[in-house]
Amino acid sequence: MFKGIFSIKKSLPYVGIFVTLLILPPIIPRFYIYILAVIFVTALLAMSLNMVVGHGGLFQFHHGAFYGVGAYTVALILTKTSLPLWVGFIAGPFAAALAGLLIGIFCVRLTRLYFGMLQISLGSLLWALVFRWYSLTGGDDGIHGIPMPPFISSQNSAYYFILIVLVICLIVMYLILKSPFGVTLRAIRDNPERCEAIGINVRRHQLIGIVIATFFAGISGVLFVLLEGSVFPDLLFWVYSLEIFIMCLLGGWFTFAGPIIGAAIMVSLRTFVGIYTDYWTLVLGILLILLIFFLPEGVWGYIVEKFGSRAGEAVEEENK
Amino acid sequence: METGQTITFAAFANQFLVGLSRAMILFIVSSGMSFVLGVLRVPNVAHGSLYMIGAFSAFSISTFLGGGTMGFWVALILSPFVVALVSLIAERALFCHLYEREHLMLLLFTFALMLILGDLVKLTWGAEYRSFMAPLTFRGSIPVLGSSFPKYNLFLLVVGPLVAIGLWLFTNKTKIGKIARAAAVDREMVGAMGINVSWVFAFAFVLGCFLAGLGGALVAPTISIAIGMDHDIIMEAFLIVTIGGLGNMWGAMLGSLIFGLTLSFGVLFLPQFAIAFPYIAVGVILIWRPTGMLKSVW
Repeated sequence: MFKGIFSIKKSLPYVGIFVTLLILPPIIPRFYIYILAVIFVTALLAMSLNMVVGHGGLFQFHHGAFYGVGAYTVALILTKTSLPLWVGFIAGPFAAALAGLLIGIFCVRLTRLYFGMLQISLGSLLWALVFRWYSLTGGDDGIHGIPMPPFISSQNSAYYFILIVLVICLIVMYLILKSPFGVTLRAIRDNPERCEAIGINVRRHQLIGIVIATFFAGISGVLFVLLEGSVFPDLLFWVYSLEIFIMCLLGGWFTFAGPIIGAAIMVSLRTFVGIYTDYWTLVLGILLILLIFFLPEGVWGYIVEKFGSRAGEAVEEENK
Repeated sequence: METGQTITFAAFANQFLVGLSRAMILFIVSSGMSFVLGVLRVPNVAHGSLYMIGAFSAFSISTFLGGGTMGFWVALILSPFVVALVSLIAERALFCHLYEREHLMLLLFTFALMLILGDLVKLTWGAEYRSFMAPLTFRGSIPVLGSSFPKYNLFLLVVGPLVAIGLWLFTNKTKIGKIARAAAVDREMVGAMGINVSWVFAFAFVLGCFLAGLGGALVAPTISIAIGMDHDIIMEAFLIVTIGGLGNMWGAMLGSLIFGLTLSFGVLFLPQFAIAFPYIAVGVILIWRPTGMLKSVW
């Protein structure tokens, strides 16, 4: 069934990248392995947001809320109950998708900026609950020292686990975006009125898109807990959500892999600029302004445009 | 949770007034945002940073003048102009070149501006807490409806409506105000009438930021001025503008009242989750009236 979707020639570079990432841990220092794992988690989150932003055209302004729900669900299951690990890992994404469904039902009734605003309001409500419910969520301190069995939480095995989950998720996302559903989603983005006219249920498609995206955000939240062993309410705060949004725009929101590049840039900037100065957001701000003026399509978007869809990355281009 | 205690009338009245005075600050800030949103159609994410700059510059001006009554009034009047100057520079140097671009790019720009201004404030004033004292006349409390109420909050209750009236007169009675309103409705037509739309936008942006600065200077005596105060206000202003109706000044007033009062009654009834109440109110209003309570100018 994958014939025609994955051609061997086109996917060869990606297999190469994957293999390189697989053999890296014994070679490079532990710190860089950790940074790579952070990038993977963030990239999955940005990719999930881009499903609705870049491909769905929705102003999903509070995506971090769902990431936080996924992370808190697994953290609470592991600390407050005696359920096994895998229950938490499965419950996280489903809780996030449920939150996405509940919030999405109300949001899809609105359009554009109003959609974003309602989502920020409902997402902030979740944040306020987590922030203040000391007895359950630990309030602004969050939950630290979440117990994880060492076979999965030692650094290298966490790295491999995250990498493999990321690759599986990326393949699934790619298939979804290539499917008739993904094409419909992009059609809705480009012209909702016309889609309505030819009999597409616009709101239902958008809602399904949101649920899928929030499910992946929940997976990313679970991976975050696996990597860091702690959760805190900042995950659900709107500033972080806007940062994820920026990652999509930075990398190129009309491409498939753009958000990965955006996440890699943001995480490396924060880590490496943060070593030299406290003012890394100043650097980020200046970089963003340069980007807006000179690379409005995003970094990856520019590369794809410049060198054609040779890499087979631009889902957009291929569907034309 | 401390819900069991009986709520006296005095406590009720006190929270009501606290909520009202909070609403006045929110109104001044969000009306500025609403004005920018109405004319430029961009939610200015940097609005909160300008509010923070207003508070910090009020502190600096007042300290420079040695504090006191004189320092307070000069700071209150000058710091909005400082903020207006900052926003004018940002607008003319960078922002004005982007008006033809994709909408999200404008939003992204204001986010970048927020990041830059936030760090510039940290560079200029450092990360310590600062305080800006109200003059002696406004310190202390007076008894109102059986409870003591800070005098400065009463001052806010006077200033808020004055700003509302001033803004209304400005947008409805002056020529430039009318042009700005026309540009909000149909910018092509305004351009066709031979008016330089770019400067109208600059003007609207600067006026909105001026109001942010005024809000910052006014709120300064009631809080400790610190990094991070931008993050809280910006979200509140956003939501207020949305539930009021984008670009509608009276909507901003109504939204501020709802936001301020739900928060202060939340403090009264369920202190632990008080901060959740305004978000619930906003959610309910948006579900009930998706495009805000009053007519949006869009």
